[in-house]
Amino acid sequence: MRRNPVVGEFSDLLIPAIVLFGLYVQFHGDFGPGGGFQAGVIVAAGVILHALVHGLDRTQSRLPPRLIRVLVALGLLLYAGVGFVALLGGGNFLDYDALAADPLAGQHLGIYLIELGVGITVAAVMIAVFYAFAGRRGP
Amino acid sequence: MVTALALVRVASLFAAVMLTGIYSLLTAALFVLLDAVDVAFTEAAVGAGITTVLMLGTLALLRAGPEVCESPHGRVLPLASVLLTGAAIVYATFDMPRLGDPQAPAHRHVAPRYIEQSAAEVGPPNIVTSVLASYRGYDTLGEVAVIFTAGIGVMLLLGGRRKG
Repeated sequence: MRRNPVVGEFSDLLIPAIVLFGLYVQFHGDFGPGGGFQAGVIVAAGVILHALVHGLDRTQSRLPPRLIRVLVALGLLLYAGVGFVALLGGGNFLDYDALAADPLAGQHLGIYLIELGVGITVAAVMIAVFYAFAGRRGP
Repeated sequence: MVTALALVRVASLFAAVMLTGIYSLLTAALFVLLDAVDVAFTEAAVGAGITTVLMLGTLALLRAGPEVCESPHGRVLPLASVLLTGAAIVYATFDMPRLGDPQAPAHRHVAPRYIEQSAAEVGPPNIVTSVLASYRGYDTLGEVAVIFTAGIGVMLLLGGRRKG
């Protein structure tokens, strides 16, 4: 793969900013536009940019497909797990009021955790789909 | 509109993929104008960003050029079906309430409660987050499960030949 030094250096500057912005969107979703879904896509875009510039092998050596596969399931498990913890706490499934003594604190914790689950699963699925597409050799 | 027409006319698949990206970005701008910032955010990130990359990845896999095939029915039947469907959709929009009409059914059911009570019941200042994550948490769980299933499906279909 031909390396262009300008593209390489510039995207190395850009990728941390993209991932940081993804985290901002993730944890600021309560207050502004955004949330787990958008954040996951933005983080995945950063990883995909890395793979486009440096080649798939270098990206996969840092973020192995095995780890991505685990993360795909982990996000959904976290989301559903919050629901079951709420059940154990005496509420309905996904009733965040039961997560803490104060209902508002429970809501806050619940939303924080499930948005994290959404973000993890979305980012991992996007990266996994990109790996699957980019890892195939053409006919 | 111009982008959509260009999209139909253009022959090169690469140009078509780029035009779909532009179309998504313009749609995102339209959502911003309609004050649906969260939707615009998603459209810009997914429609203009990830989808374009995946389409380009697919194009790279299909090394052979596109095969232009003529429909056996000629051009009349596809055109007629497109026009008929389009006319039906346009006819359906006549029943829609005016944009921003406070008496519209969508604004009279649960929306007032979300707007008035969500700060006290859930907390976050962004009501969209409250609705998605708390009031409709069960729906969002289903959506995440759909994404999960889709990802697993793509991995099973495309990722099988490599040993991870």
